[in-house]
Amino acid sequence: MAPLLEIRNLSVSLELPNARLHAVRGATVSLDRGQTLGIVGESGSGKSMTALALMRLLPRGAEVNLDRLAFDSQDLTAVPDAVFAREILGRRMAMIFQEPMTSLNPVYTIGRQLTEASVRQGVLSAKVAHQRAIALLDRTGIPDPAGRMSQYPHQLSGGQRQRVMIAMALMMEPELLIADEPTTALDVTVQAQILELLAGLQCEMGMAMILISHDLAVVSEHTDRVAVMYGGEMIEEGRAAEVMAAAKHPYTQALLKAIPRMDGPPVKLAAIPGTVPSTTSIPKACIFASRCDFVRDVCRSGRPPVQGSDEHWRRCILGETELATQRQASPVAAMVRKAVEASTAPVIEARDIVQVFQSRRGLFGPKKEIRAVDGVNLTLKRGETLALVGESGSGKSTLARVMLGLSLPTSGSVLMRGKTLGGMSPRERAALVQPVFQDPYSSLNPRRTLAEIIVRPLELRGDGNSQTRLARVREVMDMVRLPQRLIHNYPAQLSGGQRQRVAIARALVTSPEALVCDEPTSALDVSVQAQILNLLTDLQANLGLSCLVITHDMGVVHQIANRVAVMLKGKLVEEGSTDAVLNHSSHEYTRTLLAAAPRFRAEETRLEFSGHE
Amino acid sequence: MNIGIEPNLTAAEEPAPLTPRQIMRRRARKHRSLMIGAGIILVLAFIALFAPLLAPHDPFVQSLGKRMLPPVWVQGGNWDYLLGTDQNGRDYLSRLIYGAQVSMVIGIGAATIGLLIGVTLGVLAGYFGGWVDHAVSFLLTAQLALPGLLLAMALVFIIGPSVWVVIGIIGVLHWTYYLVVTRSATQRIRQLDFVAAASASGATSRQIIWHEILPNLISQIIVIFTFELGIAILAEASLSFLGVGIQPPTPSWGLMIAEGKAMMFYRPWLVILPGICLFVLVIGANLMGDGLRDITAPEGRN
Repeated sequence: MAPLLEIRNLSVSLELPNARLHAVRGATVSLDRGQTLGIVGESGSGKSMTALALMRLLPRGAEVNLDRLAFDSQDLTAVPDAVFAREILGRRMAMIFQEPMTSLNPVYTIGRQLTEASVRQGVLSAKVAHQRAIALLDRTGIPDPAGRMSQYPHQLSGGQRQRVMIAMALMMEPELLIADEPTTALDVTVQAQILELLAGLQCEMGMAMILISHDLAVVSEHTDRVAVMYGGEMIEEGRAAEVMAAAKHPYTQALLKAIPRMDGPPVKLAAIPGTVPSTTSIPKACIFASRCDFVRDVCRSGRPPVQGSDEHWRRCILGETELATQRQASPVAAMVRKAVEASTAPVIEARDIVQVFQSRRGLFGPKKEIRAVDGVNLTLKRGETLALVGESGSGKSTLARVMLGLSLPTSGSVLMRGKTLGGMSPRERAALVQPVFQDPYSSLNPRRTLAEIIVRPLELRGDGNSQTRLARVREVMDMVRLPQRLIHNYPAQLSGGQRQRVAIARALVTSPEALVCDEPTSALDVSVQAQILNLLTDLQANLGLSCLVITHDMGVVHQIANRVAVMLKGKLVEEGSTDAVLNHSSHEYTRTLLAAAPRFRAEETRLEFSGHE
Repeated sequence: MNIGIEPNLTAAEEPAPLTPRQIMRRRARKHRSLMIGAGIILVLAFIALFAPLLAPHDPFVQSLGKRMLPPVWVQGGNWDYLLGTDQNGRDYLSRLIYGAQVSMVIGIGAATIGLLIGVTLGVLAGYFGGWVDHAVSFLLTAQLALPGLLLAMALVFIIGPSVWVVIGIIGVLHWTYYLVVTRSATQRIRQLDFVAAASASGATSRQIIWHEILPNLISQIIVIFTFELGIAILAEASLSFLGVGIQPPTPSWGLMIAEGKAMMFYRPWLVILPGICLFVLVIGANLMGDGLRDITAPEGRN
């Protein structure tokens, strides 16, 4: 039987101000009815571009080349745009996007948005569409579906909006559903529910699905086959379980080792050095050669061959036997998580912190109160890493701002080294604690060079003269392993990981005692996250830093934290050593969080670890 | 396979990423209307600057014997007076050249005064919020409720007309656009993490505004400045035309139109020529403003 979808040799190139970016090159996809395919890759790997090219949603100036594009044996390249939009888009192929907050139109009701396309296209009558929309909302787990039909998007939470998006995509019972990072913007517990829902619906309706994600664990749990993309090329494809258990491309192997796991003792993550090369010229060699541990001269001079069977192939020169030895050859150093004694002196102490936000509707409207943080006691001890865990809206970032001294709590006090924060000058405080933020794109002033950004805290303190300051900047850049040649570059010229290093360098330049890191790696790719987590662990060991790390990723907690504190709705619900909380959590909410975290199946884990022992 | 012959193209030969400024320059060079607008403004600025060297005659010398000579291409025209003469026999070309001076000085001066008022208020309102924002917003509402030209006329009438008074009054009445844009931009920027990072390093509000926020407003401010330049030039022309702007014998395009309007049907060039000059200058300013807005707009940037 012919496959439902067949793409052969798809190439997409985009116009940049200074060059053409070859975003996808030679991608080949084949998908049977009812099958699920996962496309995995880091940012810039071309995974979304592949889907957008299929849906004809590419940005202007994009150029598409392909040998064959067939859907249900119909040649799609011959279908004009208008016919495609009328007969295929939404009806037979539907797509769900990453950002549920912006993919619904805020001025129309849910009901109208759900039924509009199907009624306008004449597929369903208004009445049938209405009934079907209610049924789908019910199926996607939205309470009171009939009542929701007349509500507006702002009355729904992020998770509910994503459910509405899914219902909308399924209105006309498409044969193919493309989900582009459907859960990346959602909380962990909601993520798990949405993925379960998608898998269930896919099964019930017998549709084919392409799940695009940067998260290998998510994809491996929910798809039949996985295609791994890197730098615009598909480099490995096979059955999901098989790719996870016995990855055959060095990149996939490295990626798997870069993910912090929640089982076994924490080991130093095998970060992939360097960053994804941008493909402004069509590469004539192996695209991964510059970062590969097993690189040979041949890899740098010619395109690697495709090896393996149709069931599981890879684009790499290494043979089976070499791969097996390579996999065992890379040693993994176990890290010992130091236990921090109870008697250790505290660096920052938060006592009975209450933070209430008041807002008014207009100038004379009624007051509204939100208790973001509600009576929290938290102590960061010298030399430890304390992870603060919770979902969005739990008040963890607000608490972090209070502990940084960036905002004054409504009541309660923060003590730094025994002195109250209120009695401290901003400079004194700055010497004690420094922040590292989540989004490396907004944490650096785009109009300043790297040197200006890193030197600024020293200028503000009036430390030394311009020469000693510059020397210190160079020293810190070495510490965070930023190449010196970047010193006069602007943030826009750096990659996400490099920017996060700059942010860490700026935090360290005044030699503070503590860092408060707010989701320091959640905006980064897995391989870069591993670099930054390793860096933080090293810095902490070498400088004796105390770190408060806010995160929602239990793998990150397991990787770097000595202690964990769990927040729910402004209150601290659990606190204890990492091992105790992860293995024998006492609070139900913590168990929900742990259960929701995507992880690899047990069999694969065993396989992975047996190789290292 | 040609091992060792094909060079490695993956990492080493990537073109170095461009600085934001380089990207902007490239976009500017491709933007035709920006180039045309900037060209017009530059040429007129050059003419204004070197008016004494370029003008063939003294623009103030009257010669009643040569009143209302037509331009050279009309019957009775004279190569000595390329664009003819006005009611008092002054060389029209020279007066137009000196008129560019008046327009430029008033345009730039008024737009600068508006910039200082608007940006200061906008940044303060956006940064501090709360009652500062309320107060500034009230000022803005009040300003928008006033009939601008009428108020300008009244003020000039009370204070007495001179170039500096006209600049001051037009400037004081044209700051709202700066305020609206810088206020919302500041509100956005102050939420960004680099501002929080600066205040965690002990920076004061003043240091944050000067060092972190203002540099990020520069492109927006330049765009508005260009638009306001055109608006201020037109405002001056309107005031002069109504007799409460630049006073004779100073050559101003608006004033020249006013002086020529009595003879409009017999000597149309007296009105048409300064009209064309005004049109070209304001079109130039607007093209340049549009172009600058396009090349600095974040959307569409990769």
